[in-house]
Amino acid sequence: MTTAAISPGSQTLRRMLANPSVIIGGLLVLAILLMGLLAPVLGTRDPADISPKDRNQPPGYETTVRDNSGAKVPVVYRLGSDTLGRDVYSRIVYGARISLVVGISVAAISIVIGMAIGVLAGYVRWLDGIIMRIMDGLMAIPAILLAIAVVSLFSAGLTSVIIAIVVPEVPRVVRLVRSIVLSIREEPYVEAAITAGTRTPVLLVRHILPNTIAPLIVQGTFIVASAIIVEAILSFLGIGIPPEIPTWGNIMAEGRAVFQLYPHNIFYPGLVLALTVLAVNMLGDGLRDTLDPRFAKRV
Amino acid sequence: MFSYLLRRLLATIPVMLLVAVFVFMLLRLTPGDPAAIIAGDYANDAQIAEIRSKLGLDKPLPVQFMVWLGNMFQGDFGESFFYKKQVGELIAARLEPTLSLSLLTIILTVCIAVPLGTLAAYRQGSWLDRGIMGFSVLGFSLPVFVIGYILIYVFSIQLGWLPVQGYQRISDGVGGWLLRLILPSVALSVIFVAFIARMTRTSVLEVLGEDYIRTARAKGQTESKVLMHHAVRNAAVPIVTVIGLSFAILIGGVVVTESVFNLPGLGLLTVEAVLARDFPTIQAVILLFSFIYVLINLAIDVSYTLLDPRIRY
Repeated sequence: MTTAAISPGSQTLRRMLANPSVIIGGLLVLAILLMGLLAPVLGTRDPADISPKDRNQPPGYETTVRDNSGAKVPVVYRLGSDTLGRDVYSRIVYGARISLVVGISVAAISIVIGMAIGVLAGYVRWLDGIIMRIMDGLMAIPAILLAIAVVSLFSAGLTSVIIAIVVPEVPRVVRLVRSIVLSIREEPYVEAAITAGTRTPVLLVRHILPNTIAPLIVQGTFIVASAIIVEAILSFLGIGIPPEIPTWGNIMAEGRAVFQLYPHNIFYPGLVLALTVLAVNMLGDGLRDTLDPRFAKRV
Repeated sequence: MFSYLLRRLLATIPVMLLVAVFVFMLLRLTPGDPAAIIAGDYANDAQIAEIRSKLGLDKPLPVQFMVWLGNMFQGDFGESFFYKKQVGELIAARLEPTLSLSLLTIILTVCIAVPLGTLAAYRQGSWLDRGIMGFSVLGFSLPVFVIGYILIYVFSIQLGWLPVQGYQRISDGVGGWLLRLILPSVALSVIFVAFIARMTRTSVLEVLGEDYIRTARAKGQTESKVLMHHAVRNAAVPIVTVIGLSFAILIGGVVVTESVFNLPGLGLLTVEAVLARDFPTIQAVILLFSFIYVLINLAIDVSYTLLDPRIRY
């Protein structure tokens, strides 16, 4: 505030680093990212390794297995084993990968598609009505049901799950981008640029789109959180990622039948899932408060 | 007022038509021949051809759509591939658990969230406010199935107070019905309590800054009356909007909750239908849920005039 030398960008960054939500959420998200990246190092066993004699064991269970050369090696099931004797700890560590891939790609894809459609709706008047009616129709279908419907079309797999979660998210991004474009196009500097003869593509990219970045980053983090939850729900219901791939939802689905006797198969992945979503939401909350001071006053 | 209602009602028609188009296209967008999908993996060519002509799948798409839509209007949702029953009957049989769960959840949510949010706004900045807001962020992040299993573990398995899973029809005894719905509706309401408490806090805070609140206090009105009569009443419009918006999440939550607690409602039916690739059932359920959602939003819009006499259409 004291000198004019501080650019708005570095001010925003400073505000961000002073916000406890951004710091705590960001560090937690970073930890989970590292967990996913370092899964082969952190995991104690192959997440797909089945061991019938060691099934349904409590956390901390120790046993020995024969390795490839036939020698006995001790192994610890840190978080117990599931009904097929797989190591829950390693499966959770590897599961972070799917959750993160789904969360981040859903956010990226829906923002790119939503931004393109939103700019069209906001800038091309005659398209606006048509596009927004279609978006209204899509938004009238509850998100999880729409995702379930899309999943039912394709065979189960990562791509179909991502598509299924992107479809209900797109209209929300379109609405946001459209409303920003509509308000920005009335700004004097846009009119000035038009008068100066700026061509429409340049006008859009240089003068209008930059205004959507901050709200879209905030919206993006919330999409990541909701995509992670929806993926877990789909997998938990048995209609998401195929069961042999370790995801948090799949581990929980696996544990459902024996929950009364061995609750750890549900609790540990559930805890990690909740913590991840909490971290992303905190980061989003903090970013909303710091990136755009106008937003901070609402909610 | 009446003409406004009529206008709004008419405005829902294009939206519902679009939803119908999406739902209709669902089966047609599937890679491959819909008749072959309906027939299943073990059907021969003759069976597939029979299904194609029986369902009119050999006619042009617009004709198929009109026939399908016409049937829907007559309450004919087709026959379930999996259950071999009319989808309409199937839905009617599954309606009660879903309605019970949703209603109890809404009642529970409103009874907890509005007082919590008001309290947080009233004591803004205190530990109570921070606690309630902290819970709200946590409530957002805890997936309903995780909460469900924690509740089952604590109250059913460890303490043995409540049944683990299942449903009892209300006609077989209100006590047993309520007992089996306590955990599911508590689990489902957590996210809404978080959401609505937050919104209530924001809008009550805004109202508390108004001049008329100061006037009410200045004339010696008791604090509880200031809160109830002046603050919450005026904050009602945004709160009701949020309650309406959260219905979409409620419907999604119902699917998961019914699955966790094994309640034989529409949500469980949806999951079973998807697993069996039972398209007529999937289509009917999605259409029904969307229809309800659109109607609820309409009702919310109309309720503004009741809540705020300044709003006139």
